[in-house]
Amino acid sequence: MRVIQKLKLVLATFVLFSIIIPNANSAEECFEKTSRAIFKFNMALDDIILEPLAKGYNKLPSPVKTGTSNFTSNIGTLLSIPNNILQGNLNQLGHSIGSFAINTTVGVLGFLNPAEKIGLKPHKEDVGQTLGSYGIGTGCYFVLPILGPTTARDSLGLIADTFVDPFAHVTLREKEIFGSSGNAFDYYTIKSTSAIDFRADNDRNIESLEKNSIDLYSSLKSIYLQDRENKIKNSIQDQDEWDNLDN
Amino acid sequence: MKKTVTYIVIVFLTFQTTLFAYSSNPRDFINELVNDAISNLSNKNLNNSEKEDFIKQIALENVDISALGLYTLGELRKSSKETDISKYQTAFEKYFLKSLTSRLTEYSESKFEVISEEKKSATYTIVSSKVLPIDSKSPEIKIDWRVYTKNQDKPLIRDLIVEGLSLARTQKEEFASILSSNNNDIRILISKLEEFVNN
Repeated sequence: MRVIQKLKLVLATFVLFSIIIPNANSAEECFEKTSRAIFKFNMALDDIILEPLAKGYNKLPSPVKTGTSNFTSNIGTLLSIPNNILQGNLNQLGHSIGSFAINTTVGVLGFLNPAEKIGLKPHKEDVGQTLGSYGIGTGCYFVLPILGPTTARDSLGLIADTFVDPFAHVTLREKEIFGSSGNAFDYYTIKSTSAIDFRADNDRNIESLEKNSIDLYSSLKSIYLQDRENKIKNSIQDQDEWDNLDN
Repeated sequence: MKKTVTYIVIVFLTFQTTLFAYSSNPRDFINELVNDAISNLSNKNLNNSEKEDFIKQIALENVDISALGLYTLGELRKSSKETDISKYQTAFEKYFLKSLTSRLTEYSESKFEVISEEKKSATYTIVSSKVLPIDSKSPEIKIDWRVYTKNQDKPLIRDLIVEGLSLARTQKEEFASILSSNNNDIRILISKLEEFVNN
C-alpha cells in the first residue's frame, strides 16, 4: 500500500514537472502574482526574524563566525560528492572528498579549514546543477515560502537533494553511516544556521540592493538566475548581447 | 597678491585634476582609475559631499552611461521614439549616478589588484580584478570590468561583473520586468526613474 502511495507521489511530481519544465526554458514566470505575494511574505519574515539574527550573528567574535561558517560549509560539501559523481567531474570529486576528509579530521570536525590552505576548494554542487549540466532547462521561475527563489528544475533538485545527500540520509532518514547518526532536528538546525550565515555575509549587499532597486523582486530574480547559470557552467557567462548594441 | 596667487594655484590644481586622464591600455586604465577612487574615498580630508562629487565626475568621464542606458532598455531602444529615448537617457544618467554614489558612501578601505585582461573582440576587453577588504576578515571579491575599446585612446567601462553577477544584466532584467507589467510603456519607466532620483 505504501509503495503504491509513493509511486503515486513520484508520478504526480513527474507529471507536474514534465508540464512545467519544457514549456519555460528561459525562466519565464510560473505564476508571478503568487510569487510576488510570497516574496512579500518572505521579505516580512526576513525583517522580523532573519535580518535581526544575521545582524546579531555579525556581532559574534570573528573566530566563532568563521568556525560556524566552516562547519556548515564542510557538511554542505557532502552533497557535492554524489553530484560530482553524477556529473562525472573527477577533479571536483577529489576536491570535495579531500576537503571533507581533511577538514573533518585535521580541521576539528570542520570548524577549521586547513583543506583550503593546501589548495582544495570544492565547488558546491546540488541536484539542480547536475540536471542543468545534463542540459535540462531551468523551467519556469517562482518563489517558495521561506526557501525563496527557485525554478521548476531547481525545486525538483531540492527534493532530490534530500535523497542523495549523505547528511540528509543520516539525519532526516536516521540511517547510520560510518557510525554516525542524527535526527531531523540536526538537519534543520544546520540548514537554518547556513541560512543565517549566508544572510549575515550578504547583509550589506542586501541592504544596498533594497535601497537601490526600483523592483527588488526582479533584481533578485535576475541575480538568482545568473548565479545558477554560473554554478552550472562552473564559470562566468559572457554576454554576447553587448555586441548587438553598436549594430 | 597672496590671495591672487592662492587663487591661481587652486584654479590650476582644479584644472589639472579635471584634465587628469587615465591610461588608454584597458588593464592600466582600470588599475589607475580604481586606485584613484580608493585613495579619494579613503581621504579623511574630504567630506561625503566632496567624495560624491568626485565619484560623479569619474563616472561621467569613464563609464559609458549612455550605452549602459540603451543596453538596459533592451529591444525597446529600437522601437521607441527619439524624444522618449532622450528623456529616458537623461533620467537614467541621474538614476545611475544617485545609485552609484549611494553604494560608495558605504565604502570600506580595500586593497585592489588587477589579475589579468582578456581581449574579447575588437571593441571589448574584460579586465579581471580582485578586491581585498583590509579592515575585516571578509573574503576577497572578484570583479570583472567590461571595457569598451572602440576608441582606443579613450576606453570606457560598460559593465561590472561582481562574483559572476553582471550589474548591467541585473538592471536590464529589472527594467524589463517593470516594462512588461506596464505594456512596455517607456514613459512609466522614466517616471519610476525620476521618482527614485527625487526620493
